[in-house]
Amino acid sequence: MLCQRCHERPANVQFTQIINGDKKVYHLCEQCAREAQGDLFGQAAQAFNFDFHQWLGHLMNMESSPGFAVPAASAQRCGNCGMTYQQFTQLGRFGCPKCYDNFAPRLEPLLRRIQSATSHTGKVPLHAGSQVKVRKNLERLRKELQQAVAMEQYERAAQLRDQIRELEQQMDRG
Amino acid sequence: MSLSDFLRRAVSPWMRNGGPEDDIILTSRVRVARNLEDVPFPVLQTDSHANHVIQAVQNALATPAVQALGRFELLRCSDMSAIDRQVLVEKHLISRDLAEQVRHGAVALRDDEVVSIMVNEEDHLRIQCLLPGLRLKEAWDLANQVDDALERTLPYAFHERYGYLTACPTNVGTGIRASVMMHLPGLVLSGQMGRILSAVQQVGLTVRGMYGEGSDAAGNLFQVSNQVTLGESEEEIIQNLSNVVAQLIEHERNARRLLLQQNREGLEDRVCRSFGILAYARRMDSKETLQRLSDVRLGIDLGIIKGVSANILQELMVMTQPAFLQKYYQQDLSPAERDVRRAALIRERLRLDESGVR
Ligand SMILES: [Zn+2]
Ligand SMILES: [Zn+2]
Repeated sequence: MLCQRCHERPANVQFTQIINGDKKVYHLCEQCAREAQGDLFGQAAQAFNFDFHQWLGHLMNMESSPGFAVPAASAQRCGNCGMTYQQFTQLGRFGCPKCYDNFAPRLEPLLRRIQSATSHTGKVPLHAGSQVKVRKNLERLRKELQQAVAMEQYERAAQLRDQIRELEQQMDRG
Repeated sequence: MSLSDFLRRAVSPWMRNGGPEDDIILTSRVRVARNLEDVPFPVLQTDSHANHVIQAVQNALATPAVQALGRFELLRCSDMSAIDRQVLVEKHLISRDLAEQVRHGAVALRDDEVVSIMVNEEDHLRIQCLLPGLRLKEAWDLANQVDDALERTLPYAFHERYGYLTACPTNVGTGIRASVMMHLPGLVLSGQMGRILSAVQQVGLTVRGMYGEGSDAAGNLFQVSNQVTLGESEEEIIQNLSNVVAQLIEHERNARRLLLQQNREGLEDRVCRSFGILAYARRMDSKETLQRLSDVRLGIDLGIIKGVSANILQELMVMTQPAFLQKYYQQDLSPAERDVRRAALIRERLRLDESGVR
């Protein structure tokens, strides 16, 4: 089926519009769906009722189209909570924390689309192992170092290098 | 109960003015999503899972670390009437989704209503801090403290690579959603809102109307929030949002100044006309109420209307919602009856200020 908006690309996102209580379903390509969502806020806003979780599910499905390397059976169901991959694409939500590891191969490309990176650089729980904390701190410092160098803040960069060296030694000591 | 007594009891701190830039920023809010390890997310929860989570939160609230941060009361949705749940939604203390989780949902409210912890919404915990004015940093600091205190007892699901794990991958990582509620009548009246909204979206933020979508969001109230939760630190997320909000404030101030310069008479007519309608009308629907309140608030900010409290907008936008009206009048009201009572409540509230229009 072709996208009902551009009539060019294949439709792979379902878009629901409700006007005066009348529900209409459109089949759009990913690009048009994104534009239509952008229009929501534009001046000529159409009253699109956008089901975000459904859209997310479709994105996940697209990633698993033929040719994309996904380990077979093992990744079809979360061994911990029993949620199937199919259910996730319908709900747009995982069933348990372990789903993240169990669906990891399909998650990574999705995260690249909806987030700005695929790894966390923020807060670490106090109880997290000290190794985790040191590693996370290292990642953060290395990122700050890159920025400092890019902005030619050499004094700051030198400080950061010292801190990084110290943490690396800490890691080696275990 | 008199209206002033009711207001004293019913108004949350955020509905009073206060804080930087409070002529444009009504509230700053930070929400942090957390989940317990080894427990299915609420979407797959059984009654016993849900009870386990609620009990764990109850225990955490009783620890000295949490009690040092204020007095919390835990309320199960199943123990609240539908109207009481709805009132919490109208006060922005819980989400509509939580109010609908009658069986499994709960909320821990700090007695001043600045902090609320939703339990078993989309995630096991959503810690929310809501402050008046532009105080994002302060809201994050507070949420961070509450989070640290809870974490002493609650084993959070944390992944070395993905950070705090959430039911929906759009919240994973920091789990943070920071937002401000902005009153932007200048940008809307001058026809700049569409352009501004799409610009804001391009820098990774989300904008939505508080009441209704697009540039005809009722009451010219918009919520601006971060979109990305993974790959940036909490501080970076807060800083990015603050930078963009600062620009929006400047645009709004310019727009208001231009409107006054170019069409003072038209603007005065508009805000005074709306004041007159609020002061005398006998039937008001909620959409018109928001629009008129927005006009009056603009008139107050520009010095056209004097002697009316500036917080009339946020106070009445909450007080005139369906559940609040029914709570105040202590009876079920049909939509038509609500319009009559809403108009009466507004007139009564304006009389409290002994208003004087210039
Ligand atoms: Zn298309
Ligand atoms: Zn799972």
